[in-house]
Amino acid sequence: MTLTLRALLGATVSLTLAGAAMSETTITVATVNNGDMIRMQGLMDDFYAKHPDIKVEWVTLEENALRQRVTTDIATKGGQFDVLTIGTYEVPIWGKQGWLVSLNDLPAEYDVDDLLPAIRGGLTVDGELYAAPFYGESSMVMYRKDLMEAAGLTMPDAPTWDEIKTAAAAMTDKSAEQYGICLRGKAGWGENMAFLTAMSNSYGARWFDENWKPQFDGEAWKATLTDYLALLNDYGPPGAANNGFNENLSLFQQGKCGMWIDATVAASFVTNPTDSTVADKVGFALAPDTRKGKRGNWLWAWSLGVPAGTQKVDAAKAFVAWATSKEYLEVVAAKEGWANVPPGTRSSLYANPEYQKVPFAQMTLDSINSADPNSPTVDPVPYVGVQFVAIPEFQGLGTAVGQQFSAALAGTMTAEAALAAAQTLVTTEMTRSGYIK
Amino acid sequence: MARKASNTRKAVVTIAAWSIGFLIFFPILWIIILGFKSEGDAIKTPLQVLFSDWTLQSYHDVQARSNYGRHFWNSVILSVGSTVIALAIAIPAAWSMAFVPGRRTKDLLMWMLSTKMMPAVGVLVPMYLLFRDFGLLDSRIGLVGVLTLINLPIVVWMLYTYFKEIPGEILEAARMDGASLKSEILYVLTPMAVPGIASTMLLNIILAWNEAFWTLQLTTSQAAPLTQFIASYSSPEGLFYAKLSAASTMAIAPILILGWFSQKQLVRGLTFGAVK
Repeated sequence: MTLTLRALLGATVSLTLAGAAMSETTITVATVNNGDMIRMQGLMDDFYAKHPDIKVEWVTLEENALRQRVTTDIATKGGQFDVLTIGTYEVPIWGKQGWLVSLNDLPAEYDVDDLLPAIRGGLTVDGELYAAPFYGESSMVMYRKDLMEAAGLTMPDAPTWDEIKTAAAAMTDKSAEQYGICLRGKAGWGENMAFLTAMSNSYGARWFDENWKPQFDGEAWKATLTDYLALLNDYGPPGAANNGFNENLSLFQQGKCGMWIDATVAASFVTNPTDSTVADKVGFALAPDTRKGKRGNWLWAWSLGVPAGTQKVDAAKAFVAWATSKEYLEVVAAKEGWANVPPGTRSSLYANPEYQKVPFAQMTLDSINSADPNSPTVDPVPYVGVQFVAIPEFQGLGTAVGQQFSAALAGTMTAEAALAAAQTLVTTEMTRSGYIK
Repeated sequence: MARKASNTRKAVVTIAAWSIGFLIFFPILWIIILGFKSEGDAIKTPLQVLFSDWTLQSYHDVQARSNYGRHFWNSVILSVGSTVIALAIAIPAAWSMAFVPGRRTKDLLMWMLSTKMMPAVGVLVPMYLLFRDFGLLDSRIGLVGVLTLINLPIVVWMLYTYFKEIPGEILEAARMDGASLKSEILYVLTPMAVPGIASTMLLNIILAWNEAFWTLQLTTSQAAPLTQFIASYSSPEGLFYAKLSAASTMAIAPILILGWFSQKQLVRGLTFGAVK
């Protein structure tokens, strides 16, 4: 009898322990709707094979909806998400606020030193890595090789803005709906201001001096805006003030743009013969400069961070380590080909001979390496960020300034009036926020 | 005597009405068309879109990527649940305001309506904190409560307007026959106000079905309705129009069908009392 009781007790304890060991942790991952993230959702079998005790729920939202949703949750410590997809804009701000868990303790095999220095630098605050990069991007010139050849021109690998202007003039034939250059004109901190802030860096302009005084009344910003308006007014498509990434993508794919300066991620779209009528005619060059030492390209990385409010830190870190690992890149390559591997995060990817065969790989790497979020422009600045200023006020400020510049492009105000309005509204807000004493 | 309309006049009015109706419906029609195009074709010029190949690929992709069934049932539960509760509260409230008004009834009605004038985002943080503390984040119960409360002023107002059209003498007669308050509301008032209640119910279901602020802010996965299903297909960088259109068509189809079959009831209710 005693033996039977003991056996029963033993069996119960074993079952309980086994049950505890098999108990499943469900983590909720908030993410954006882009090709690389959606692809990952289809490759989860590899993660489940390695972590059978972790289940992943996805919440996919449009970028701005996600930003608002996630900000509310993290600021109130709502604990609804265990892993967040965040950009290089949020990481320095949220890291400083103590809203993110440090990822400095990721295992040695993760090989954190393999991350591209420019990308890693943008995700590190005071020596703590607060997010792991899932994919990185910069911006570059995509141009029509056939039109350049017809015009008797050659695009340098590292052009100047003057050379871009010459090429735009040569490729424009408005009667045939052929426009020399397509650029973002739609107002927004992530729309026209991402492009214009990056462009202004190459002109030596900056948002603020070391004392947070706005600089829109300087010559560098005036030259930036004047050249931008001249390019689009003389050689751009009609209604450019309403064009963002997708509108320009559509124009370029239909063969209506001679050049397009935008995110490196666009390279895979414009060279895809299924959607693009000019897939085999596209060349790539670094974003232009004015020989002042900085190029007009931005730097962005969609990264995975773990919010401080989560109760499932270990499971969340296991997922982040898997999704941003070297092994994950190999999983994607094996199933979807090297051209579909998330770019711009690891040095080892660019050393891989197979990946080097992808036509835009080297230009993407060179573009990323030529941007420095800690020293974005010619003169010193008090902020971090290439095409943004990593302060909480920037979303509102960037969009407000973007509206002025978009109005100047639409012709409802002059460049001088737009710059003066930008200077006034930014000065007012920075004074109110306590940056200017 | 009704004025005899000439045939020309009739034709002009008919054409104008159809044109306006088509203009209003055009965005929805375009969404439906884009849902049957490839991503590459969906961003072309309108004429190129119309004459490009038709495909079910976007519907296939959306089905493969998302759990439509779960989002659909959440939408049904949230809209029907909040409508039933709102009607249960609003019918007695509107009865009292219509048939036994006090000195402050008009002020009370205006105050109720004024709660709709504040932008929802103004109370986002306190609401979020309340939901967090009561464990209601990503729960259907919490969201049914919110949807009931935000639509309640409109429901009360609509029912109040319908009830005002019903002669009070009929209710008095019922009372003289010995009807209790419950019987008076349930067996006399409600049957007479069926068109009004039905149109209020339908409108409230549509409002709750389409509500896209709180349903996006307060849910993550378990309680997320079709609004989040649509939101997951929008993207600032990349081709997404066709899949977004397919997802939108799938999300609005149930409510379009409901509206189509109940349009007589809706119009009858909305014009109830408009013509004496």
